[in-house]
Amino acid sequence: MMSRTTLDLWVGVFVALGCAALIFLAMKVGNFTGLNGAQLYSVEAPFDNIGGLKVRAPVKSAGVLVGRVADIRFDAETYRAVVRLDLDTRYAFPRDTIATILTSGLLGEQYVGLEPGADVDELKQGDRIQITQSAVVLEKLIGQFMFNKAAETPVQQ
Amino acid sequence: MNGVTRVLRQLGAMTINGVWRLGFATRFLLMILWYSGQSFRRLHLTIREIYFSGVLSLLIILVSGLFVGLVLGLQGYETLQRYGSSDALGVLVALSLVRELGPVVAGLLFASRAGSAVTAEIGLMKTTEQLKAMDMMAVNPIARVVAPRFWGGVLSMPLLAAMFSAMGVFGGWLIGVVFIGVDDGAFWSQMQAAVDFRNDVLNGVIKSVVFGVAVSLIAVFEGYDCVPTAEGVSRAITRTVVSSALAILALDFVLTSFMFRGQ
Repeated sequence: MMSRTTLDLWVGVFVALGCAALIFLAMKVGNFTGLNGAQLYSVEAPFDNIGGLKVRAPVKSAGVLVGRVADIRFDAETYRAVVRLDLDTRYAFPRDTIATILTSGLLGEQYVGLEPGADVDELKQGDRIQITQSAVVLEKLIGQFMFNKAAETPVQQ
Repeated sequence: MNGVTRVLRQLGAMTINGVWRLGFATRFLLMILWYSGQSFRRLHLTIREIYFSGVLSLLIILVSGLFVGLVLGLQGYETLQRYGSSDALGVLVALSLVRELGPVVAGLLFASRAGSAVTAEIGLMKTTEQLKAMDMMAVNPIARVVAPRFWGGVLSMPLLAAMFSAMGVFGGWLIGVVFIGVDDGAFWSQMQAAVDFRNDVLNGVIKSVVFGVAVSLIAVFEGYDCVPTAEGVSRAITRTVVSSALAILALDFVLTSFMFRGQ
C-alpha cells in the first residue's frame, strides 16, 4: 500500500491537471475573455427584415466585438422585427448610430454592424436606434439583378 | 393457459423488481448524501478513492482523447476541404469534443475502467461479509465504504472529461496544423470565435458532472445490491457497465435537447 503523502501528491497532480485542462478549454478553446462579466446596456433596433440573425449573434463596430444580440421579437403593430442589443458599457455610441445586418464571408453567420453617427448625445439604456438597414436577402438581390439585366438589353427588331 | 399465467407472472415479477430496485437506489442515494458529512470528516478516504478512480484512469483517458482528436482532425479535414473551409477544422474538433464526445466517451471509459472496479470491490466486500462485520463494529458501511467511492467518482469525472477534451483538441491541432498544414492562426481564432464559454464549455462540464453522478451511483448501488456469490458479483459488474453506458447515452440525449435546442 502506498504511503499517504505519495497518494495525496498524486491526487493533487490529478486535480491540478484537471483544472489546467478546464482553464485551457475556457481560455484557449472558448472565448472566456470576450464579454463575460462586462457591464452591459441594452438598446433596441427595429429592422424591416433580419434575415437569418440569431440570438447571441455578435454586434460589431469597425469589426470589433462590442456586444451581442440579446433578444429578437416581432412587433405586431409596425410589422417589423425588434432586435435588442446588449452593448458593453465601455463603448458609448452617438444617438444617430446606424445598425446594419451584415454577413461575415459568403456563407458565414449574420451579425449586427454599428456605424457611429455624429450626434453629441449618446445612446443610453433602453434607447432605440432609429436608422437601420435590413439584411440582404439573396433571392431579392438576384431578382433585382435579373430585372436590371433584362431592362438593359436593347430590344432587337 | 398455464403458459400464459407463467408469462404474466414473470412480467409482474420483473415490474415489481424494477420498481423496487429504483426505489431502493433512490433511498440509497439519499442515505449516501446523509452520511456524506460523516465520511468527509475522514477526508483521506475520499482522496484515496479519487486516486483509484481518477488518477489511475488518467492514462486511458489521455490516450483515448488523443486518438479521438487525431481521428476527428483527419476526418474533419477530409470533409471540410471539399467545401474549401479547412480553416474551420478547429471549430469542428473543439465543438464536437467539448459538447459531446468529451463528456460521453470519457464517461463510457470511466464506467468501464473505474465503475466496474468499484462494483467489484463493494460486491466482494459484501460476499466476504466485511460490510456486515463493519456494521457489527458500529462502523456504518455506507459512510465508511460507499460514500467515499461515490464522491471519488463524482469529483473525478468532470476533471477527466475536461482532460479528454483538452487532449482531443491537442490531437486535432497536431493532425490539422502540424501534419496537414492548416493555418495555425485560423485554427485557433476560428475556434475561439465559435466556442462560447457558457453555452459550450460550461454545458459540457455540467454534462460530465451529471454522468459522474449517474455512473458512480450505479456502480456503488450494483455492488451493494449484488447477490453475495461469485456469480452474483460478476453479474453485478456486467450490469454496472451496461446500465452506465445506457444511462450516459440516454442522459446525454436529454441534456442535449435541453441545452442545444438550436434557438
